[in-house]
Amino acid sequence: MPGGIWVYAEQKDGKLKKVTLELLSAARKIADEQKEELCAVLTGRDVAGLAGTLAEYGADKVYLLQSEDLENYTTDGYTSAVTALVREHQPSVFLLGYTVLGRDLAAHVAQRLDTGLFTDCVDVRLEDGQLVFKRPIYAGKAFFEGVCPEARPVMATVRPNVLPVNPPQAGRTAQVIEVNPQPGSIRQIIRDVVRQVSTRPELTEADIIVSGGRGMKGPENFRLLEELADVLGAAVGASRAAVDAGWAPHSMQVGQTGKTVSPTLYIACGISGAIQHLAGMGSSKYIVAINKDPEANIFKVADYGIVGDLFEVVPLLIQEFKKLKEQG
Amino acid sequence: MNVVVMLKQTFDTEARITLDEKGRINREGVSLIINPYDEFAVEEGLRVKEKSKGEVTVVSVGEAQVQEALRQALAMGADKAILVSPDGMEVDEYVTATILAKVIGGLQYDIILAGWRAIDDGSAQVAARVAEILGLPMVNMVTRLEVGEGSVLATREIEGGSEVVEVPLPAVVTAQKGLNEPRYPTMKGIMQAKKKPMQKMTLQDLGLDAGQVVPKVRAVKYYLPPPRKPGRIIPGEAAEAAAALVRALREEAKII
Ligand SMILES: Cc1cc2nc3c(=O)[nH]c(=O)nc-3n(C[C@H](O)[C@H](O)[C@H](O)COP(=O)(O)OP(=O)(O)OC[C@H]3O[C@@H](n4cnc5c(N)ncnc54)[C@H](O)[C@@H]3O)c2cc1C
Repeated sequence: MPGGIWVYAEQKDGKLKKVTLELLSAARKIADEQKEELCAVLTGRDVAGLAGTLAEYGADKVYLLQSEDLENYTTDGYTSAVTALVREHQPSVFLLGYTVLGRDLAAHVAQRLDTGLFTDCVDVRLEDGQLVFKRPIYAGKAFFEGVCPEARPVMATVRPNVLPVNPPQAGRTAQVIEVNPQPGSIRQIIRDVVRQVSTRPELTEADIIVSGGRGMKGPENFRLLEELADVLGAAVGASRAAVDAGWAPHSMQVGQTGKTVSPTLYIACGISGAIQHLAGMGSSKYIVAINKDPEANIFKVADYGIVGDLFEVVPLLIQEFKKLKEQG
Repeated sequence: MNVVVMLKQTFDTEARITLDEKGRINREGVSLIINPYDEFAVEEGLRVKEKSKGEVTVVSVGEAQVQEALRQALAMGADKAILVSPDGMEVDEYVTATILAKVIGGLQYDIILAGWRAIDDGSAQVAARVAEILGLPMVNMVTRLEVGEGSVLATREIEGGSEVVEVPLPAVVTAQKGLNEPRYPTMKGIMQAKKKPMQKMTLQDLGLDAGQVVPKVRAVKYYLPPPRKPGRIIPGEAAEAAAALVRALREEAKII
């Protein structure tokens, strides 16, 4: 029996990332079709408690790699530990999330294994016994489909928020295999970690994003968007113009040279809809645009548009959403 | 401090993408730029050199027109450029990295810089592969770099924050936006760039045989996404429109 379909189970602060559940759901289907086992690779310190959730979302086996050295992500430590495990068990497929951690780990592991890697995939399907990977290129202005005919495992990172999650099966269990990890010598020494304290979701994982552009006029007005975001449980994004003006940090920039996002709802406030901005948010399920200029390009892609002054419209929207929330 | 910068030429961000008759991405008439993240890497390389002396070498894999991008880097202040042409051969990230590592492996370097991803294929794996081939430590998505004796302190973007990582030199570091503001070439720089060395190499020159440059992944097809249909403008005064929008999101789109 081949070594299985593998999913890297990314966790942060002891919580599984949503993309992990998305990967398990997609991989479950491939495993069933290929009649292979679905295995999850869980790394970190004190993370054993997550194995049950991985099982409920479809894992048959969980490889548990726990050590002090793996408490924080380091390129060397994680690459060595995961590569050793792959070498030992020879999976046919290995999927990770296209996250800050996932794409760094995937690229290093792929090279150590001399194999191919598709990054930022939005779909994976089986065709004539071969996996076909679909990914956007030119920031979503085109798509590419490719295969990895020989090298194994076939590796891919998958964009968060695009694949559906299967409902969990309560009580489903997995075989948990504790592995003595081999992180080797770690050359990256972490000197300091600065966390932005935010109760809002990550941009790349958020279901709803409220985004502001040059029309916000100044940094203080982003408070308004934060207020709207908090009513909706949304993340806050920005156009490059707003970032370059210093009104928002670069980590909030959406677009070709910022983050690619795929929320269910994207609310663009005072954003003109330049091609580089659309490249980052064009795959949103619904787009709402609020802009003074009826000719603004953003209206060409928006599902709903309001032509008006955002300083008038956004406070009204906050009121309306609040009303809705109170009604339950 | 000798710096090597890996540089890729990409389509201009304004470029409209079309397919040619073979169903591949049409390159005709598209204006080309230095991958914006690589521009940050070039700038950072120049700053490292200015502080510590040494040289900046830019290397690229691509066809003849990539010389324009390399010339621009020379005009910014880089000292020499190397272009390896794969002669129309198919390359994937594995092949590109194999070639780059072979070139760089023959140079004197203390630090290797690159953009964290290219804006065309967005694949974010070539630098990591080069680091692995050369056996070097890497720090990805760096927004601040302090080069010291024998090691660097790099601030990198992580989810929900940032971290400061120290790695020994030589190392591979990839640039994220925020690292610096790339300078524009001056007239003097442009004139000087014409006289700076631009080395053109083939795979044979590098001693790479055909078996070492076989792509791991293969393209099956390229296609364009269906255009997004424009939706509707919600009419009325602000208050009316806001209420109607919330209603539409709830009743039509069913997302709130
Ligand atoms: C190499 C390169 C990479 C780039 N990458 C990115 C990227 O990743 N992301 C990105 O966003 N851009 C990117 N850009 C920049 C892009 O071309 C645009 O300049 C930018 O997106 C414009 O931002 P904006 O829409 O906020 O500003 P503007 O284009 O200035 O638009 C502001 C809008 O606000 C509206 N407005 C003003 N006041 C109000 C008000 N009171 N109420 C309602 N509406 C109002 C105006 O009508 C206007 O439409 C890139 C450009 C280049 C060259």
